[in-house]
Order: sequence, then structure tokens, then C-alpha cells
Amino acid sequence: MRFLSAYLIGLVFGVGIVVSGMANPAKVLNFFDVAGTWDPSLIFVMGGALAVAALGYRFVLRRPAPVLAETFQVPTRRDLDVRLIVGAAVFGIGWGIAGFCPGGALPALGTGRVEVAIFVAAVIAGIGAARILPDLRRGPRRPTVP
Amino acid sequence: METAFTPLTSLAGGLLIGLAAVLLMALHGRIAGATGILSGIVLPAGWSEWSWRAAMVAGMASAPTAMMLATGTYPEITVPVPLAYLIVGGVIVGFGASLGNGCTSGHGVCGMARFSPRSIAATLVFMATTALTVFVIRHGIGG
Repeated sequence: MRFLSAYLIGLVFGVGIVVSGMANPAKVLNFFDVAGTWDPSLIFVMGGALAVAALGYRFVLRRPAPVLAETFQVPTRRDLDVRLIVGAAVFGIGWGIAGFCPGGALPALGTGRVEVAIFVAAVIAGIGAARILPDLRRGPRRPTVP
Repeated sequence: METAFTPLTSLAGGLLIGLAAVLLMALHGRIAGATGILSGIVLPAGWSEWSWRAAMVAGMASAPTAMMLATGTYPEITVPVPLAYLIVGGVIVGFGASLGNGCTSGHGVCGMARFSPRSIAATLVFMATTALTVFVIRHGIGG
């Protein structure tokens, strides 16, 4: 049941992504190219998704628990930190270079196009690199001031 | 390269993305963030954490075929950048989204929908750096 529902939710998400144009890097990059071949379509994607999610979450999160799991796992932190801001800034640079974001690329994988698979493999490499970062920081000891 | 302005289909797609996010929360209690889901697949923390994410990605990847069966046309995907951009951009996307705990779906949709200050800040920041990057590449270096 958990499998089937997760699969179907993924399908709804994927169809949404593809229909919206988020799986098409040409459209995504044009959304950001205000000074060039601007295509404002993606404002409508964000608007539609946010309206439904904001309204839906309000009702859903009032319930004691989700239907197929024990608890809601929702981030509780509200403070801003350097890691969040730097990470977001870096993410944007990558998105601007490639035109794909992870949510756009995963449904696009289904087209079987090699470029998409290569992009997803690169994203995975980046995720791996970010995961070993804290270890690296902890690793070498700080030079002691004489 | 120009792309057509598609407010209605983009809105319809957005509504479906929002619906999927709400369903995932209502049924599984999880945030529909693509980077978090992908991380949980490649760096699994046990079977139960891995399996629903794998099923969800399988569902996402089925979307183009499902649409082909339903409408008879394959979705249009045009990659207007060289392969090297996809590789370099992909690594940067994965690194940044992992460091910043989210991407367009996680922060931009799910986090913003919860009015999370962290997600609102992250979304504003990455929208700005994405636009700046596109501007520099299209109008700064080559333009």
C-alpha cells in the first residue's frame, strides 16, 4: 500500500512537472532570462503549486498523524544560518547553468534521454560531496596560535 | 531560443505538483522535496526509508510514458546548453541543494507553503542567483 501510494503520488508529481514545463530546461532558463527571451510561464507553476500546497497543508497538518505513517516529519527549524543561505545561493548557480533542477530532472529521466541521466548522476555526485564536507571540516585540526 | 508562453498548462501542472505535495504529507507525512528524496535513495537509511522514495521516483519517471499513452504526444524537452553545463551544473545543484537542505520543490513549494522563514529565505536567494547566473551566461560572457 505504501509502495503503490508513493508510486502514484510520484506519478501525479511527475505529470505536474512535465505539464507545467519544469522538465524542459529551455523553458526554465527562459523564465530567468528577463533581459532576453523571457517566458513568464513558471510563475503560474509556482503560484498553482503554492496555492494548493498551502491550503492542503493547513488541513492535513491539523490531523494527529498521516494515514500510512506514524508521524508527520516536518522541519521545525526557523532560524537562518550561513549554511542554508550559501547552499541556496550555490544551488541557484547550478540551476542557472544547467536549466534542470532535481524535481524537473527526475520526471524527465523517464524520457530515456542520456543527457538527463548524466545530469542526475552529476547531482548525486554533488550530494555525495556535500555529505563528506562536515567530515572534512572536522578532520584537519586547526593550527594552534603560538 | 524562444519558448511559448503557456499560462494555462503551467498553472495546471502547478496544481498537480501542489496536489502531490499535499498527498505525500497526508498519506506519508513527508515533504515532497526532490533533493531529499534523491538523497534518501542514494544514501539510504534503512529499507523503509528507501522504499517509498524509490517508488515515488519510479512514479515520477513514469510520467512521460503515462502522458504519451494518454495524449499521444511525448513531452517536449529541449536542452539548450552543452553537455558540460549539465555535468558542472548538476554537481553544483546537488552540492548546493544538499548544503541548503532543499531545492525548488522542497523549499520553493513545500517550505514556502508552510510559511517557513528558512524556505522563504532560501527560495529568494536561489531565485536571485539563478537569474544572475542566466544573465551572466547569456548576456555577460556570450552575449
